[in-house]
Amino acid sequence: MARYIVKRVSYALLTLFLVSTITFWLMYLVPGGPFLSEKAKSEATMAALEEKYGLDQPKIVQYKNYLVNLLHGDLGVSTKQRGRSVNDIIADGFPVSAKIGGTAILVAILIGIPLGSIAALNRGKWIDHLIIVLSTTGIAIPSFIVATLLMYVFSVQNNLLPTYWRGDFKSMILPVISLAFYPSAYIARLIRSSILDVLGQDYMTTARAKGLSQFVRLFKHALRNAILPVVTYLGPAIAGILAGSFVVEKILTIPGLGGAFISSITSRDYPLIMGTAVFFATLLIVLNVIVDIAYKIIDPRIKLN
Amino acid sequence: MNEMKNPLSMQLDVSDFLPADENEKKSLIVMRESVSFWKDGFRRLVKNPVAMVSFVVIVFVLIFAFIMPGFYPYSYEQQIRGAENLGFMEYSKEEQAKIDAGEKVFPHIFGTDNLGRDTMIRTMMGSRISLLVGIVASAIILLIGSTYGAVAGYFGGHVDMIMMRIVDIIYTVPEMLIIILLQVTLKYPLKSLAQNVPAFGWINKIGVGLVCIFIVFSLLYWVGMARIVRSQVLTLKEQEYVTAAKAMGASNGRIIKRHLLTNCLGTLIVTTTLQIPASIFTESYLSFIGLGVAAPMPSLGSMASDAISGIRSYPERLIVPAVMISVIILAFNLFGDGLRDAFDPKLKK
Repeated sequence: MARYIVKRVSYALLTLFLVSTITFWLMYLVPGGPFLSEKAKSEATMAALEEKYGLDQPKIVQYKNYLVNLLHGDLGVSTKQRGRSVNDIIADGFPVSAKIGGTAILVAILIGIPLGSIAALNRGKWIDHLIIVLSTTGIAIPSFIVATLLMYVFSVQNNLLPTYWRGDFKSMILPVISLAFYPSAYIARLIRSSILDVLGQDYMTTARAKGLSQFVRLFKHALRNAILPVVTYLGPAIAGILAGSFVVEKILTIPGLGGAFISSITSRDYPLIMGTAVFFATLLIVLNVIVDIAYKIIDPRIKLN
Repeated sequence: MNEMKNPLSMQLDVSDFLPADENEKKSLIVMRESVSFWKDGFRRLVKNPVAMVSFVVIVFVLIFAFIMPGFYPYSYEQQIRGAENLGFMEYSKEEQAKIDAGEKVFPHIFGTDNLGRDTMIRTMMGSRISLLVGIVASAIILLIGSTYGAVAGYFGGHVDMIMMRIVDIIYTVPEMLIIILLQVTLKYPLKSLAQNVPAFGWINKIGVGLVCIFIVFSLLYWVGMARIVRSQVLTLKEQEYVTAAKAMGASNGRIIKRHLLTNCLGTLIVTTTLQIPASIFTESYLSFIGLGVAAPMPSLGSMASDAISGIRSYPERLIVPAVMISVIILAFNLFGDGLRDAFDPKLKK
């Protein structure tokens, strides 16, 4: 186990290093540098700016400085939002995004697992077919469409829910549903097929022969085994919710980090793009490591290699 | 004398050894046409109504996106003056006047957008972009992934170890982030390449955004395919026919091409088909956040994103691209599932 954790963590570190390196050099493919904007600046201003941010030094020195700063947790300064450091922007936006994203994951699990189990236990009946149709359609609709449609129906037409962020429960409903839509459909499909798998196992017959009640059989024997694929899906689900949050936050004007990331792309705020990307990458990689290790702990049958 | 035959007697019944007559010969022919892997799979596919319906939908969408624009009286970039912001089947005043004068005017079936461009033709072109991205990107991914996976699996040992470690690392990279970053930055070097090197002039013809998407997808999405192909090749290479081919002096390249990849063709087809909707999904997402093909070229994602600013007054502008994206993704998903059930039931999980 310890060996597995060491291996997994060292991979994560390597990936992190790669991602930050790629991010750094990609930003240098962009011509003009970060201070090129509509308003022409005098040469003296440009030189002063470049000196201030250390852009007059050779690339390789800049790269070294960037890595050292990263290790100190310093992500640089936004070039478009004057005077704000990327760390500040992340500290402002991330709690909001994390609240919405975390709730969305929970909701997806709480909707997906019961739906999938109901479908599997009623295999071939109308409710099974209904859930299959719903979940198959669910994974075909991108989150930006769900978010826009929900906003149109609930905020624009009926004024039931706010279109802007107030931080309360009501303004969480739309973003959470939009983000949880795809993963809950996916989890429902996953759970359905894995319960059907489990129900065919010998130990289920044994449990029945022992005279265990249906409740015990379902929750203690079937669901506990069937839930394993959901744990492996959690990694991709988190990544998907993160990607979804970029657009959903933009559509529903939520002051989260995803929206800030997309705004930084449109306003070409390169330090902010780089900083947020590295932050998101770290977050995803760390969460993935945790999920992977949790999976090995939960299912001892998995070979540790 | 009809006495019971001793069950232990070794004496043979001579009549069992008489030559069979014609009738008996005929009755013994149980041979039927041999069913090949493809025929078997195809038979299962045709029997699957969901897969067949989605196949028909895909064919319709292909006709809609690639053939119909050629006959359509409007073009996707044409701005019809006075015909801005029309609803479904509405006409502008000028067009109404023409109709009243007895002329024929082709209706704006899905209306027009705020620049007076016909939404129907834009939906067709947008679907064309989506399908193009889905199909071409999946083909590139198939090419890279299957070659990489087959080489890693076939050579095994250190080669496999190093190649799969690379795959592992790319697998842990958060792909959407890198895709967005590449999409933001890659267009600049591509633009200068297209302008300065005449051999790369074709980039401008296809569009920088589209070329960018192809490159980005093929850089990141092949790893899944590589893993699947490798695991198949690992079992296939132990088969006798591979040993036989080796004994007859076939080169490694030939064995991979002729014997290994052809034998996981089912898996390849299924995985590629299921890759198409995934690529379309990502493309629509990218164009929604403004990183896809460049205007005036429409994409379903950018049409949906354009619709948001006017959602209060013109909600139907969102509905058309939204339904189209969902239908395309749904049809490919269901058809891919059908293909998998028919050709590669083992892959079902």
